[in-house]
Amino acid sequence: MSAIAVSPEAAPDVTADYVTRVQIDRSCRQTVLGYYASAVAWLLIGSLAALITSVKMHHPEFLGNYEWITFGRIRPVHLNTVVYGWSSMVGIGTTLWLEARLCKVRLPHRALLPATVIIWNAGVVWGVYEVLAGHSTGVEWLEFPPQVLGIFGFVLLVLFWVSLKMFNQRHVHHTYVSQWYLFGSVVWFPILYSAAILLPTTGMVGGAAWATTNWWYAHNVLGLYVTPMGLATIYYLIPKVTGKPIYSYHLSLLGFWANALFYSWIGTHHLVGGPLPAWIITLGIVGSIMMFVPVTTVAINHHMTMIGKFHMLKTSPTLRFVVFGAVSYTAVSYQGSLEALRSVSHVAHFTHYTIAHAHLGMYSFYTMTMFGAMYYIVPRLTRNEWSSVPLIKIHFWTTSLGVLAYFCALSWAGWYEGEMMNNPLIPFIKIVDYTKPYLVARSLSGSFMTIGHIAFAILVFRILRSSDVSMIGPTLFTSKRGMMRWRRKEA
Amino acid sequence: MNRSWSFIAGVLATILFSMMGLIFVPNWQFEQLKPVVDQNGISHPTPPAGSVLLGREVYISEGCLYCHSQQVRSADFGADIQRGWGTRRSVARDYIFDRPHLMGTMRTGPDLENIGARQPSREWQYLHLFNPQITSPGSIMPPFHFLFKVVDKGGPAPVGSVDLTANASPTKKASYLVPSGRAQDLVDFLMSLNHSYDLPEAHQ
Repeated sequence: MSAIAVSPEAAPDVTADYVTRVQIDRSCRQTVLGYYASAVAWLLIGSLAALITSVKMHHPEFLGNYEWITFGRIRPVHLNTVVYGWSSMVGIGTTLWLEARLCKVRLPHRALLPATVIIWNAGVVWGVYEVLAGHSTGVEWLEFPPQVLGIFGFVLLVLFWVSLKMFNQRHVHHTYVSQWYLFGSVVWFPILYSAAILLPTTGMVGGAAWATTNWWYAHNVLGLYVTPMGLATIYYLIPKVTGKPIYSYHLSLLGFWANALFYSWIGTHHLVGGPLPAWIITLGIVGSIMMFVPVTTVAINHHMTMIGKFHMLKTSPTLRFVVFGAVSYTAVSYQGSLEALRSVSHVAHFTHYTIAHAHLGMYSFYTMTMFGAMYYIVPRLTRNEWSSVPLIKIHFWTTSLGVLAYFCALSWAGWYEGEMMNNPLIPFIKIVDYTKPYLVARSLSGSFMTIGHIAFAILVFRILRSSDVSMIGPTLFTSKRGMMRWRRKEA
Repeated sequence: MNRSWSFIAGVLATILFSMMGLIFVPNWQFEQLKPVVDQNGISHPTPPAGSVLLGREVYISEGCLYCHSQQVRSADFGADIQRGWGTRRSVARDYIFDRPHLMGTMRTGPDLENIGARQPSREWQYLHLFNPQITSPGSIMPPFHFLFKVVDKGGPAPVGSVDLTANASPTKKASYLVPSGRAQDLVDFLMSLNHSYDLPEAHQ
């Protein structure tokens, strides 16, 4: 059987278990790689949109004559391509693979699922076109036309059905915490998305309640969709790569349900000080503070599992990206809880501080974790290895240092921006002037991250295209792989 | 089989619970709000109509909301009122006709809840939209050249046009700045942003 001959993990003994794993990977191959390849394409498009947006913030005349890419259109294009293009597609791909592996069943509906890749992409392309053409809905995080719900909704229902099927046919009796998170996100997101679109567009909800609906949705996208996929991945990969079981099973369950219970309430902290009755805002703040419970349980579980295994960060690209994500999750969550407090929001709200926080979550935590997941999963699907260690190193260092610089620059600028805004003696234009150098710093750190994305895209392109089976064993930071490959081609 | 359904039930319960608290209950509370009628028989807020509504579409289309909020915070929370962005804090009643809401979350530029009262000059608005550097040097607001036409001076001034000095004109000649229909609608909308009427609950 050819499945055995090409060994992704170079396992010495070919057990029945190993054959099952290879069969599961093969069943996922087309669908998951389809989602991954699309995700990386959207990551590049999203990065380009981000850079144009960022440069426009300090050079407003830049590409200023083209209405289609005016600041107010290219900015939502950035957000929507990275959320519905990159984050969703890499997340769905990872979800399907993790579920198949954890349930020990092959991916069902292998003829239908690859078609959902095309359908989802069509939805994002259509939405982006409409925003560029000036037909945005004007609701943050939901700028795409409401009809896109038909497209995304269909795929999400298929995803729910497939997840349910795998879960019910599973060959493992016990369930692992990752399955809870993944299954949670598969149930939550379709409800969130359809409620946030249908309730206002049918006229059932309007006025100031549209604002609470908006932020109920936008924050739950993070908490009940993106975060569960990220945490499930970390929960799976840290023990898998280190070979050490998770620190506490009971804590992980407490963490899951506490997250479900508290996170769903915190969206209204985006409206602190806003024109809403105090009780609505207070609910959001209380929920945010209660998040200390799930975040602490997750932090204990992730970081305690790593203890004694830190030396592996030197060798394993997967682990390095995933642990970077796990540490960022702890940081961004505690920061978020504190940021919701009235005293902090008083300064930080309406400023770049919030933007820095958002990138610590969506990028430093989620995106870095998903990079790690792809480093682990793609070789198992392609039965091929990453072709270049230098490119992986470039990818890691540009993205990690880039996002740190981004976070520091905007947090600093945002905080003082807020302090100055609260002092009525300082003219507004002085505040704008103050932030300019930091906005340039953002463009620079964003360019750095984009270089990393290009390096990663080259790696993904090569591993998908080449059928070089001569490489045996995983590509680690200590491997000598990459430079030699070029030389061999020239010879 | 049973376990997956009980799990789904639990997961559903958490989200429906929060939907109730953050969407349905607030909506029910805000639905009771009615406009206030002043001594002159004018109701506040006024439902947007005609060019104001079209201008609102332009505001959304060009993404103004990503840098400008439309909400004034109370005097004890930030300096909104001292900065002259409003005379009182905004309350839910101000938004009863807003579809969608445009409260915003960023203040890269100033708040616009009362821009119609703060900057009532249409001429200023046109020049500022055409090129913010003319009225506010150092601003990082993008120029909206594409909402205007620039016509060389020589003939009679086109209806509704604004004088553009040689310095401010892209042609470096004294010109007329002719706002397109969309620019006029947008300014109509900005002019309509005036929430300086009084509401009892804004003082609580």
